[in-house]
Amino acid sequence: MPEEGMEDSKGGEERPKWNNKAEYLLTCIGFAVGVGNVWRFPYLCQIYGGGAFLIPYLIALVFQGLPLLYLELAIGQRLRMGSIGVWNSISPYLGGVGVASMVVSFCVSLFYNTIVAWVLWYLFNSFQEPLPWSQCPLNHNNTGYVEECVESTPVNYFWYRKTLNITPNMETSGSLQWWMVVSLATAWSIVYICFIRGIETIGKAVYVTATFPYLVLTIFLVRALTLPGAYEGLIYLFTWEILKNPQVWLDAATQIFFSLSVAFGGLISFSSYNNQKNNCEKDAVLVGVINSATSIYASIPIFAILGFKAHTNYVSCLNGNILALTNDFDISDMNITVENYEQWFDSLNGTHPSRVSDLNLKTCDLQTFLDQSASGTGLAFIVFTEAVISMPGSQVWAVLFFIMLFSLGLSSMFGNLEGVLTPLHDLKLVPKWMPNELFTAIICLLLFLMALIFCLGSGNYWLEIFNSYVGSVPFLIIAFFEIIAVAYIYGIGRFSDDLEFMTGHRPNIFWKVCWLVISPLMLFVVLVAYVAVQAQTPPTYAAWNPDYVNFPDTEVLPYPDWVFAICVLLSSVPVISIPLVAIYRLICCMSGRHSKDSLHNDPNPYANEDYVVERARP
Amino acid sequence: MLVWILFLLCQVGAPALAQDLCQRDAPNGYKVRISLKTALGEDAYEWNQSEMFFFQATMAFAMRRHFQMETYNVDNIILCVQTSRVSFWFVVTSPDNTTMLIPKADVEKAVRMSRHRINNAFLLSDRTLEFLGIYPTLAAPVNPDTPPWLIVFGVVIGAVCVGIIALLISSLLQKRRKEKGMTEDGQDEEDMQVKGVENGINLDGTYNRGFTDDDRFTKL
Repeated sequence: MPEEGMEDSKGGEERPKWNNKAEYLLTCIGFAVGVGNVWRFPYLCQIYGGGAFLIPYLIALVFQGLPLLYLELAIGQRLRMGSIGVWNSISPYLGGVGVASMVVSFCVSLFYNTIVAWVLWYLFNSFQEPLPWSQCPLNHNNTGYVEECVESTPVNYFWYRKTLNITPNMETSGSLQWWMVVSLATAWSIVYICFIRGIETIGKAVYVTATFPYLVLTIFLVRALTLPGAYEGLIYLFTWEILKNPQVWLDAATQIFFSLSVAFGGLISFSSYNNQKNNCEKDAVLVGVINSATSIYASIPIFAILGFKAHTNYVSCLNGNILALTNDFDISDMNITVENYEQWFDSLNGTHPSRVSDLNLKTCDLQTFLDQSASGTGLAFIVFTEAVISMPGSQVWAVLFFIMLFSLGLSSMFGNLEGVLTPLHDLKLVPKWMPNELFTAIICLLLFLMALIFCLGSGNYWLEIFNSYVGSVPFLIIAFFEIIAVAYIYGIGRFSDDLEFMTGHRPNIFWKVCWLVISPLMLFVVLVAYVAVQAQTPPTYAAWNPDYVNFPDTEVLPYPDWVFAICVLLSSVPVISIPLVAIYRLICCMSGRHSKDSLHNDPNPYANEDYVVERARP
Repeated sequence: MLVWILFLLCQVGAPALAQDLCQRDAPNGYKVRISLKTALGEDAYEWNQSEMFFFQATMAFAMRRHFQMETYNVDNIILCVQTSRVSFWFVVTSPDNTTMLIPKADVEKAVRMSRHRINNAFLLSDRTLEFLGIYPTLAAPVNPDTPPWLIVFGVVIGAVCVGIIALLISSLLQKRRKEKGMTEDGQDEEDMQVKGVENGINLDGTYNRGFTDDDRFTKL
């Protein structure tokens, strides 16, 4: 097997290669299919109505997602370098795009692996009977249950107190939670072992991490469809509403964009290890379609299980009322059931209205329970864990679910970290004496140490900030510059020539129109709309404060000024390299000096690389 | 005659007196609530007078056990206000003086002491046989010495560390072998070519783009 850094007889370095096409495809699919497919897409379907959301989603996929995907895979494969090298080659003035990609990938790796660490923590805790989030713990003198748990729910308590040990606000940083540090160390160790030999080990790992989620989703699908209440949950997927709300389009476009993981630089890196004669058009369409299909496929068991959870909550709400009525009116045990509750209630309310109202019965409406939606960590660690408790054989389902989330997160981490490592290799920043394993270890250790900030008491609040500010606007900006660079600066003609060389045929009119007009326009509109919406929402966060008046509702607090400054920095610093590098190159060019990269500047088709290399040999 | 009338009055009066002692919201009484169908479902037995007698017997047993006095009897447990729920009130009278009630606190202590036995006598649990006002003591949590999650973590991190070390060592050994093989250039090239065939990918080495464009022109 070829290894990195091996000197061949011609004196150049041989780039590592994929063992076979399957590994490459699985890696790209694994990178694109992440936890967002499971916990963001179903949520969007739920709040907009499944049928209504799918239309803008598929339109965005075809006109924005696939062209961008094809573009990234093509330039990576053609120019055979990581993101920095590729953008330097296309235009030295736009070299900043590569740097921005690398910085953003670095920041995303930080918080994404923390989410993987949380999943690991839940996975470790799933091997217990009973599950730790199923009941409240006793207080210190065994007289009752912990108050915080009783007021909220055991699931909430386990997430906010036992896992995060969250502080009431962002100013209080709290201390490092050792169990979180341990989980984070495990997560980074597992990422390291998969990266230890570069794509050789990644290629092996993705056989498991990219395929296992599908297996688990299928098992869940079969199980979920047999649960009571599944049908009510699935109705959400088939509701149809008028697409009046422009927010739907914005959410669909952003969802498809972030879901495909473009602008990270990871896809460019992965395709750079390919043979140049590979048909990247088919690959792009395949990856894009599989990513969307996975989202839709994942929605079915998720909705079914959410329906089951709503049904369970509804039944226990009714049972609480039934017990209150039975006890107060001394009616024979189990005479009032869920089925005849309505008649009993009406008759009792008719005869003794004051007594019934004194009981303070809860209104139990199935629709209210169904409408309780959650996305992100709330879906996985609160809603789903609650549903799992009510399923027979909870441990098995919990373990399966968290292993699935772990696989999804790990395969996405491969792309994130690749977007950091490959540009560093290509920039030749790695000293010659340092073996790749050591360099990877240093980067992983550095990322681990920096991510310890998310293990503090206030870690979750910081993670939300990173997620909202780093993982959004910078990507849109980078992607916009990517497509402008290739379509207008590199030239669509030259790009079509490269594509013909690689795939054997020129790109058809659809791709050209998308690259030239539709995709940049869509990206620009989405970027402007997203920034406008963000500017209108006040910068607040939801804090978990047990002393809050309305506890267990989360307290909505504004960001402190220094935190808001950090948010702005996080959004702008990654992309600031784009204008900076352009200005720097401009200055260099005007002062008449040649930069080191002049050889790579213009990939002149007539420049015969073979002779160049031979000349360099002493 | 008079004695006989007095005796008759006592016979009538005693239960009446007992009824006065036991009533709803009696200061020294407890309300008991039993949920048979919830606990036993299909196997639920019928609650009848015999069961009530059984309850009196178990309560008398509980009182005997707590006070270490063997004088408590079923007559000392007075039941009233039965409903179809099933629920009823009961009071406990002193064996020495049937008009004197045992204070609430003492009854509570007796019930707490024998709660487990009372529950099992009726095949019920703390939740389905309720003494309103006497809260069940919560079960002490099972605290294992090592938290289970730590064990799973230990297994995973152990496997990962072993894997890392194994891979690093094998990388090192491979590099040493390569260095030995590099001394013979010819053998190295052979290795490369063999690899090319093995991979199945058409390894063209460094693609000479200078010739590609010539191909294009010849098509014209």
